[in-house]
Amino acid sequence: MSKYEAVIGLEVHVELLTERKIFCHCRNEFGASPNTNICPVCIALPGALPVLNRQVVDYAIKAGLACNSEIAPYSQLERKNYFYPDLPSAYQITQGKHPLCLGGYIDVETADGKRRVRLNHIHIEADAGKLVHLDKEGTLVDLNRAGVPLIEIVTEPDIRSAAEADAFLRKIRALVQYTGVSDGRMDRGSMRCDVNLSVRPEGSDELGTRTEMKNINSFNFVVKAIEHEFKRQVNILESGGEIDQETRRFDSNTGTSSSLRSKEDAMDYRYFPDPDLVPIAIKTSELEQIKAQIPELPDVRMAAYVDRWDLSHYDADLLTNDIRVADFFEATAEKTAYPKLAANLIIADLLPGLAEEGDIPLLPRQLADLADLLGKEEINSNTGRRVFKLMLTATDALDPNAYIKEHNLAQINDRSALEDLIDSAIANNKKAVADYKNGKEIAIKAIIGQVMKGTSGLANPLLTEEMIKEKIARIPD
Amino acid sequence: MDFNKMDIEQLASGLRAREFTAVELTRHYLAETASKEPELNAFISVTSEAALTAAESCDKALAGGEELPVLAGIPFALKDNISTKGILTSSGSKMLSNYIPPYDATVRAKLKEQRAVLLGKTNMDEFAMGSTTESSFYGPTKNPLDTTRTPGGSSGGSAAAVAAGEVPFALGSDTGGSVCQPAAYCGIVGMRPSYSLVSRYGVAAMTSSMDQVGPLTKTVRDNALVLQAIAGHDPQDSVSQNKSLPDFSSGLGRGVKGLRFGLPLDHLDTKVRPEIKEAILSAAAGLESQGAEIVPVHTGNLDVALPAYYLLTSAEVSSNLGRFDGIHYGYRSKEYENLEDIYFNSRSEGMGKETKRRIMLGTFALSSEFYEEFYVKAQKVRTYICHELTMALDRIDLILAPVTADIAPKLGTKKSPVERYLESFFVVLAPLAGLPALSLPSGHLADGMPIGLQLIGSAFSEPLLYQAGESVMALNSKESN
Repeated sequence: MSKYEAVIGLEVHVELLTERKIFCHCRNEFGASPNTNICPVCIALPGALPVLNRQVVDYAIKAGLACNSEIAPYSQLERKNYFYPDLPSAYQITQGKHPLCLGGYIDVETADGKRRVRLNHIHIEADAGKLVHLDKEGTLVDLNRAGVPLIEIVTEPDIRSAAEADAFLRKIRALVQYTGVSDGRMDRGSMRCDVNLSVRPEGSDELGTRTEMKNINSFNFVVKAIEHEFKRQVNILESGGEIDQETRRFDSNTGTSSSLRSKEDAMDYRYFPDPDLVPIAIKTSELEQIKAQIPELPDVRMAAYVDRWDLSHYDADLLTNDIRVADFFEATAEKTAYPKLAANLIIADLLPGLAEEGDIPLLPRQLADLADLLGKEEINSNTGRRVFKLMLTATDALDPNAYIKEHNLAQINDRSALEDLIDSAIANNKKAVADYKNGKEIAIKAIIGQVMKGTSGLANPLLTEEMIKEKIARIPD
Repeated sequence: MDFNKMDIEQLASGLRAREFTAVELTRHYLAETASKEPELNAFISVTSEAALTAAESCDKALAGGEELPVLAGIPFALKDNISTKGILTSSGSKMLSNYIPPYDATVRAKLKEQRAVLLGKTNMDEFAMGSTTESSFYGPTKNPLDTTRTPGGSSGGSAAAVAAGEVPFALGSDTGGSVCQPAAYCGIVGMRPSYSLVSRYGVAAMTSSMDQVGPLTKTVRDNALVLQAIAGHDPQDSVSQNKSLPDFSSGLGRGVKGLRFGLPLDHLDTKVRPEIKEAILSAAAGLESQGAEIVPVHTGNLDVALPAYYLLTSAEVSSNLGRFDGIHYGYRSKEYENLEDIYFNSRSEGMGKETKRRIMLGTFALSSEFYEEFYVKAQKVRTYICHELTMALDRIDLILAPVTADIAPKLGTKKSPVERYLESFFVVLAPLAGLPALSLPSGHLADGMPIGLQLIGSAFSEPLLYQAGESVMALNSKESN
């Protein structure tokens, strides 16, 4: 398999957090009861006309600037015509030939290193409504989402793996969150992704026939969909077959995909400029104003973390992907002499369980104190993680210094306090000692473990290991 | 009191002088409507009760000494593609024969503010596509001047209602002559305003880039009054112009001395029947005798206008009418087993032949394969026509042209679609270029059927159109004296 590489392009739809919909005054909110945020415009009654919400343009420009795109001085809204019950006007207002943001790029970081993913363009468009399938009532239409503003970010085929796609999406989420234009939540559908994928022999610069998988709505599913589709295409090519250019539906339950329609059945959307809307003109002064509102972006912060706090690129990327985490980390780093230790705790124990929205569940001061305790070796790393987890769930702001004292969790750094325990651990683990002496270094872990157990996990593990080694060395063979 | 002989200003001052009440006025027009409708079929809905209620409240306000706008208490009718909250707005189609809008079109709201009294909704060609009202789901309207003839279309109901004295004024909509042509066939005054002067909000879209609402009245003065009431910037229509409004009556009484009129002579020779050419030339001579200058107007090839118009209008129609899908509102076929059936059967059963023809033409013109060859080329032609007319209007004040090639045809006349399309030559020019056109009666045939004359001016030159239009009308009364 390794002789093939995947060539992936993404189309990412991001719902913008504007107060109102893109072409009418209806509220743009998630979770309202069905068909309450609707009006003649967004349900396409005869005679109703769209009027562009300029806030949508401003937000899209912010996203474009964050993605290093050029902002077109003139762009145009077009109609994409097709019939579907969630689309009451029978056309989606979108941009085709003349999008708002041109080009651009995003740098992504994976365990394999850095890659620059170029963007083709970013355009604005209106979302469609939603169909709700019920057992009894049949299929019902909810038009609350009809007319919710979207940007579509279209990449060049620059992505080579599922991990890069994942990192790209996380970066997009970070950028829209930093700029405040979207909550970027895939679980709510405010970020959705189409995957275009083809494969080719590694080293080739030709493009193979691609398939498209539409509307994938979680980071995890994107990864699975890519992995599955890559294998499927490679298997077909390996067995001498050909890839059909088609649209495929990814089934998140089975982790597999099936053909939806082939190229021959592709719809003709009959794009044409929407005569109800005038071209979007952007003045230089407006652009400057919006530029001034762009906050410091993740890449800048990342460079600072590497530079100032000696973090790895990969860790810095993880910390900057969520603006709440980045802000929290920076506030913590200012208060401790050991920011790297604070970063480790955040990455190991805060990020995995962090809710998509809401505050970080502890104060920078708490983590800074904890990092200091660790740095000064007043507690060991086990205790550190234990206390950190407690701080994350405690209802009151837990003070690590007080807690350590109260529960006697200070690290045992005193040789004489460990002496006896180590002696008996060595005596009780003759086989481990023999193994260690025979070059099986890992065997020493069993002995360390016993000492840790004997001190309720409070022994200084490095000191313990050092003392055990000294003592074993003195045991005659 | 003969209300029929009074213009809107006279009716308005009569109301204020308590010579009659708004209720009496409304009752008069309702009675006219009741007696004429069985024959004419100008209305799809007559809203008698709501009209009387509105008239009563007007009378109360007047009796209380309130200052009301000039159209207060004046009955009127709206074409049935103009949304009226709570009142059927069918666009002349089976597809919308059960559609009652929950909102008012801007022009309707403005006339409500004026306290004008809505008498009902008028008949029209289905979705404003046609020139005879014969494509209406509600049957054709008859021309009140000769009930064997069509009143024209698509705003045929509005034109017939005004010509028959069923209402003092009505609104129509004009995309490619749908106000000007029926005005000509019925011998009344019809204005197609400059594109973007009147809000399109709430008017069922046919060709978004050309649709304009315009007044149909008996006199030029009335027409200017009504346009004053409905024109103006509307934030709900993105293309709506945002300039301060002129006084549309400001030119009235000034005559035509010193104005330059351009005659498209080459088209007069080839495109209209001789009596119509005579009528136009005689009007030109009449204006000249009042101090106007008449010059031949030469432009590039205007014959390309018609195919461009039908391509563009079909293209936009095919998109604009997609919303009539049987899902959300309007007619839904009873025969369906799946989604595709709903679309297919509802649209097949709910739409008429001409509508389907244009949807198919437009779908073809926008298809990715033919987009460049048809839609884009037609847009270029439109730009060319626009340029040619604008250039011509740089050298003259107004173009003076016929409205139609012939007088109102007999109902039921069989013609091919292409033959019918070709008749629109003179009325698609102004819409393609976004220009205003005023249709005026100017003479008639021996049998009494009126001939229409139109003035086309630069964008937003409506006051000048009315100024000259008044002089054209004055020629008529001289002639009949």
